[in-house]
Amino acid sequence: MDLSAINPILLLASLMVAATPILLAAIGELVVERAGVLNLGVEGMMITGAVCGFIVAVNTGSPWLGFIGAAIGGALLSVIFGILTQFLLSNQVATGLALTLFGLGLSALMGQGYIGIKAPSFPDWHIPLLGDIPVIGPIIFQHDPMVYLGLAIVAATWAFLKYSRAGLILRAVGENHEAAHALGYHVMRVRMLAIMFGGACAGLGGAYLSLVRVPQWTEGMTAGAGWIALAIVVFASWRPGRLLLGAYLFGGVTVLQLNLQAAGAAIAVEYLSMAPYLATIAVLVIMRAGRAPGSLGQSFHASR
Amino acid sequence: MTEPLLRLTGLTKAYPGVVANKDVSFEIQPGEVHALLGENGAGKSTLVKTIYGLVKPDSGTMTLEGTAFTPAEPRAARAAGVAMVFQHFSLFDAMNVAENIALGMENPPPQREIAAQVRKVSDQYGLPLDPDRVVGELSAGERQRVEIIRCLLQDPKLLIMDEPTSVLTPQEVAILFETLKQLSAEGTAILYISHKLEEIRTLCDNATVLRLGEVVGECDPKATSAREMAELMVGTKLHVPEKAAKPAGETVLALQALSAPAPHQFGTALRDITIDISKGEVLGIGGVAGNGQDELVAALSGEMRVAPDMVQFQGQPIGQLPPNARRKIGLLAAPEERMGHAAAPDMSLTENAIMTAMTRENLTTKGFLHWAKARRFAEGVIKDFDVRTPGPANAARSLSGGNLQKFVIGREILQAPDVLVVNQPTWGVDASAAAAIRQALLDLAAKGAAVICISQDLDELMEISDRFAALNEGRLSAPRPAQGLTVEEIGLMLGGAHDMEVAHVDA
Amino acid sequence: MITLEKRPQPSRAWSLATPLLAVLLTMICGGLLFAALGKNPFETIRTIFLDPLFSEFAWFYRPQLLIKGAPLVLIAIGLSFGFRAGIWNIGAEGQYIVGAICGAAVGLAFYPTESFIIFPLMIIAGILGGTLWAMIPGILRVKFGTNEILVSLMLVYVAEQLMASMALGALRNPDGMGFPGSRNLSQYPSAANLEIISGSGMHWGVVTALIAVIFAYIALSRHIFGFNVRLAGQSPRAAKFAGVNPAAMILICMGLSGGLAGAAGLFEVAGPAGQVSIDFNVGYGFTAIIVAFLGRLHPVGILLAGGLMALTYIGGEIAQSNLGLPLAAIQLMQGMLLFFLLAVDVLTNYRMRFGRRQVV
Repeated sequence: MDLSAINPILLLASLMVAATPILLAAIGELVVERAGVLNLGVEGMMITGAVCGFIVAVNTGSPWLGFIGAAIGGALLSVIFGILTQFLLSNQVATGLALTLFGLGLSALMGQGYIGIKAPSFPDWHIPLLGDIPVIGPIIFQHDPMVYLGLAIVAATWAFLKYSRAGLILRAVGENHEAAHALGYHVMRVRMLAIMFGGACAGLGGAYLSLVRVPQWTEGMTAGAGWIALAIVVFASWRPGRLLLGAYLFGGVTVLQLNLQAAGAAIAVEYLSMAPYLATIAVLVIMRAGRAPGSLGQSFHASR
Repeated sequence: MTEPLLRLTGLTKAYPGVVANKDVSFEIQPGEVHALLGENGAGKSTLVKTIYGLVKPDSGTMTLEGTAFTPAEPRAARAAGVAMVFQHFSLFDAMNVAENIALGMENPPPQREIAAQVRKVSDQYGLPLDPDRVVGELSAGERQRVEIIRCLLQDPKLLIMDEPTSVLTPQEVAILFETLKQLSAEGTAILYISHKLEEIRTLCDNATVLRLGEVVGECDPKATSAREMAELMVGTKLHVPEKAAKPAGETVLALQALSAPAPHQFGTALRDITIDISKGEVLGIGGVAGNGQDELVAALSGEMRVAPDMVQFQGQPIGQLPPNARRKIGLLAAPEERMGHAAAPDMSLTENAIMTAMTRENLTTKGFLHWAKARRFAEGVIKDFDVRTPGPANAARSLSGGNLQKFVIGREILQAPDVLVVNQPTWGVDASAAAAIRQALLDLAAKGAAVICISQDLDELMEISDRFAALNEGRLSAPRPAQGLTVEEIGLMLGGAHDMEVAHVDA
Repeated sequence: MITLEKRPQPSRAWSLATPLLAVLLTMICGGLLFAALGKNPFETIRTIFLDPLFSEFAWFYRPQLLIKGAPLVLIAIGLSFGFRAGIWNIGAEGQYIVGAICGAAVGLAFYPTESFIIFPLMIIAGILGGTLWAMIPGILRVKFGTNEILVSLMLVYVAEQLMASMALGALRNPDGMGFPGSRNLSQYPSAANLEIISGSGMHWGVVTALIAVIFAYIALSRHIFGFNVRLAGQSPRAAKFAGVNPAAMILICMGLSGGLAGAAGLFEVAGPAGQVSIDFNVGYGFTAIIVAFLGRLHPVGILLAGGLMALTYIGGEIAQSNLGLPLAAIQLMQGMLLFFLLAVDVLTNYRMRFGRRQVV
């Protein structure tokens, strides 16, 4: 094994890129869970976003339109989940699983004619001045715009939850839906909006995989990223700041194992490939999650 | 006569199978404290939810200060000057006081200003409250203050209070009444919902009595006896439980320095509880909700394990035993929450009978269930305790609160326990069912069993207890003979008024 | 306007009718989907749902029904206990894989010895492998409160990598000229999961699945264990009050579902699949989730649902070869079926009221 083949600057730089799809999907799910809904269909929405984004980008030649398409695709899929769990009061765990199975099938069908095609390129930004700083420049300031958009969404979500009136209402609905209803807030409306936001974010995360990270369309290409995003939300104790930490931690593990594979480590490729999943389990075990939103996962039906 | 603040005319609301309100009409004047009196299920909740915009009436009209009042949602009601303090608090545990208050306001100012306003109002009305504290950590009395302040910050014309005293000690009730009287003097009308007659006689100017959704009478509570109001409310004469005199028996259950940490974040730790309970005795344990009642029941039922010596049954250490082992030796329990704790709502009554009677009634052989035997046992409970249901195959959730409670208590009593622990046995139960349950508990004690009755209803405890002890922040006071205890003494045992103060008269 | 109103108790009639309604709705929407893909919807639906049973080649497809249905039913029976108790093991696919690896490893260790004891030992190894793999999320949940959904699912990906490593490394056929994959167990008589009646599709996995259905039926309807499982799922607090130990319940349900999934893996690797290979698992562990729900978590229902789902697999393959229908369309239809099932399930617990005008 040749460890010198691993460039620490490149490693750290690719960490931010590796973390972005998970970060996008996780911040969406965080909002959904803060509203009291457990949507286990992140994987399904991500892969649907991946294929929608890819199709739009290839046909229009614009990665930006691709990302918009992915967000819409993810949100539309999440509407199915929303209708089932909010209006037809189905079990959220089962419905989330169904969403994942459905999304995997749907994306495979939609992506049939797109296997083996390359996505239109999505150039990195070289941020003037900041990007020229040695070491830090390449690590932080020379990425594609989606990396920064992801960070912006996390920051905006943090501010929204902490300072805005709507954020307060969203938290109230997630904490105690009976009380929120008694005070006259529209539990279902708030939750539907949160679910759609979650779907759009998951879609963006998926498209980041198919348009930037890989960049190709292959069936099942999310390979559990949606589930890891769910784990990171728990790890983060439903707080956006810690979410960032979790996503970068995960990105670090992924990048490191890929680098070790490339460097020809003595460990078999298969065992290195297990690392992100095992790391996720380890993190779930070690980190004691904070208190979950009070109404998380419960159906709400306004009775008398 | 001046224009009333609120006039209800012919309000009717029907749900499938039940008419919740039928042609209800009455008026509230500005500054009046108006009582709405009725049993559980009389339609009080539906009526106030209509006024608060949570329920739309099928027919009938409301006017507020002479103009038509049809709030489509609570927001509209609040904007019109109607505020409400809920029976089950509409609070958010994980949020702080200021955030909780902001959620109840239409156009809340920034958090810092809310905090300042909270301090001002709480000082003015003698309701001390720290706006930065997390609500889940507050006592029941403090939580109620959050609700009240949330209402007061909006300068309501009408304040609706739904059973506000059920969670307060007598001293805290006195302070609340001072606050309400001050509000009333300032011109705020109060619609006060309760089934506690003495409270209504002290506080209210007028009373409207509901029975089965209909107005059955109006009266001046100060000029009407509690007994007359009770008969209006219930419609029949009440049967008062009879208590047989009996000699003190030998000790059957002993708690020795029973201590346990809080089982969850907003739970209560049990601290050093020591008491002996003897055969044939009814021990009443009073206390405001959230002072360790659930935890004490869990430690006795076996849901929470403690050190063996902390719980002793006929001299044997049993603190470590699981629930069914305790049932086997004769220690049974009925927790407070009927739906989902004492009973499984979606399961049939037969299955609910199996739930706790499996061991003592031999309903299994080598793990295989005897359905026929279980059904017979359930039928026995239904018959002996007058549970109104088509049969044991019906789901527990199809029963009314009172009927399910009779089933739950009956299920334990028919197993002939040596010690029975009940928590809030008549909470949310109509008067006749409550009387039947109390009588059943007394009959059980008369047969030589020990009964531990935990309740917030002090009248109930005085009625059936031989000895009374109070649970306060996880500690149990020394028991005293129930006979001759005064309300003031009980209040002090319950921890007095905690840190509340009387409303400032100069405000 | 439609309003939902909770029934005093679940409707028995609707609980039986909803799966049929869901299948019907799936056929309608599936037909529309096929039409959108340019296929004749009626012909496609007939090909998927009827041809495997009634076409001139049905003699070939009917045994396939048992072969595909058995693992689905076996896994779904195990999952149904956990799902009833509110314990969400969704990593059955991983337990299926590990069961196959463990069972195959035992068999291959004896190669080429012939003995009647080998196959039973393999079954035990398969069950143990699946059980232990499922115990990881179970124990982590009990000891650390870790979410079993996420852990069991993460372990699917780990198991897939383990499978790949076995096929390429430890269990690779030494006589395989470097190709990935183990020796073919179905050609090793003592380790082969052979058909009991030749040409019927009836192998030992099918027998085990049927036995599992019977045992599950008895446990759920007659035994205190099944009672406790139902109680724990419906009202966790009431279950604790009734004396059910939640930690033990988690471990038992995880172990049970893992063991049955492991057994299914072993029967597959020693029979229809024949060898440990990279593409061994085809998603039975996930489809079994649909089977469990479609069968309303009831053993007999699961048996029927497993048959139906096997039908769509086989019919899907026929439709693929005869009509050029993409296999993904079948996967999509299976997901759709679960959606419809969850959607119409509302009718079991709620009554719909149409257009009751509110008088204000």
